[in-house]
Amino acid sequence: MLYLTCPNCGRRTVEEFRYGEIPTIPESITDPDARDLDRGFMRTNPFGPSVERWFHDYGCRRWFTVTRDTTTDEVL
Amino acid sequence: MNEFVESRVRLTWPDRLRSEYDVVILGGGGHGLATAYYLATRHGIRDVAVIERGYIGSGNSGRNTTVIRANYGVPEAIRFYQRSLELFQGLEEETGRWIMHKEKGLLWIAHTEMGLRAERARAALNHAYGAETVFIGPDEINEICPQIDLAGGGRYPVMGASYHPRGATARHDRVVWALAEGAMQNGVEVHQNTTVTGLKVSGDRVTGVKTERGDISAGVVMMALGGQVTMVASMAGLRLPIRSHPLQAFVTNHYQPGLDAIVASTELLFYASQTARGEILIGAEIDRQPSYSYRSSYGFLSSCAGRALALLPFLADLRVLRQWAGICDMTPDYSPVMGPTGREGLLVTTGWGTWGFKAIPAGGEAMAQLIATGEMPELIAPFGLDRFARDLPLSDRGSAGTQ
Repeated sequence: MLYLTCPNCGRRTVEEFRYGEIPTIPESITDPDARDLDRGFMRTNPFGPSVERWFHDYGCRRWFTVTRDTTTDEVL
Repeated sequence: MNEFVESRVRLTWPDRLRSEYDVVILGGGGHGLATAYYLATRHGIRDVAVIERGYIGSGNSGRNTTVIRANYGVPEAIRFYQRSLELFQGLEEETGRWIMHKEKGLLWIAHTEMGLRAERARAALNHAYGAETVFIGPDEINEICPQIDLAGGGRYPVMGASYHPRGATARHDRVVWALAEGAMQNGVEVHQNTTVTGLKVSGDRVTGVKTERGDISAGVVMMALGGQVTMVASMAGLRLPIRSHPLQAFVTNHYQPGLDAIVASTELLFYASQTARGEILIGAEIDRQPSYSYRSSYGFLSSCAGRALALLPFLADLRVLRQWAGICDMTPDYSPVMGPTGREGLLVTTGWGTWGFKAIPAGGEAMAQLIATGEMPELIAPFGLDRFARDLPLSDRGSAGTQ
């Protein structure tokens, strides 16, 4: 089971939290239309460490940042 | 694959990896093997290699919940999955292998006024585009599946359902083995335990793949990878509209056969069917966070079991036997992606989220036709990767897993 540690509330199970993606558009994409397309539909889908924003929905209702390894669900 | 199965399925493994093939398919799951099978049997293209990192069917082809149905929510998808359902009906005869295909009928239960509207709309749209689905009331539901508690445990009353009589299940491993065997007998090489380390790219063209057993040149490379497609596509500098989420499922201990229908509820987010061994197989929605981890969670098990119990109270006497997870490649519009990638010589079939198993024959047939003729078959033309740039997504939350 994936646990997250909220800076305000402590260690809780993942069911209490909401995942918030940070959209990462590669700098190599320069055309504005291509950047819009990437923002809307394309996903980086990282395999390994991933910097993410999470929202503590059933707790303090605040956003915080975690680095998670997506291959193991471990918080780094 | 154990010895018992090996003795009955005639799989022939090639001893060496050649340095050139007409077609290289990455991924030895259902979609990759079906494409190879149809390339060899329908189009006479036999110089084909299927490259698999583990063993065939070790990914989502062996982790899904085996339901075959066509009751989707947009016309393009209904036509496509109906074709797949029909191909599945004839697959035992075609391959000469028993895949344990069994027509069971599928009940899609509604518990609210809005749910009723959705199921009525589903039945009407399915009927219009060639899939057999009817809207039925609680009395008929009780006749088809007497185990359902029409009061829904007092919280989720059963108000109606769309009934899809052609809904079926098949043994997923046997489907993989039947297609692999058929492809191999027609000259296709399947290479297991071979990891792809890169793509050979020259300009805008993909000319082959690099593996840890050597480089291969290929006229066409097709990616049929579950869970790893983002990484392989990035080797050609390609970004995909894919995010990978785990989906968990579990089975109970063996029980007297008797749950004849497949029961699904989009509002309770679960579906249940009884396997040939008598286990009750229950699946659910995707986990919210993207991940490649196969770990299963107690939080999922307790919440999903609770929801299943509300509709099927007899499950309370059963014990959970196994729980597992598969990795679902989700697109933003909940429809698959099939076709060209914008890189010459590189094709993709992905985004198989929670509807990949039921699409194996039709997806393989269409991709084989695309490779053989170079033209996008009419059936899958709406599912191209370019639909996002053209602002023509196919928004279809057509499964219990994606609400």
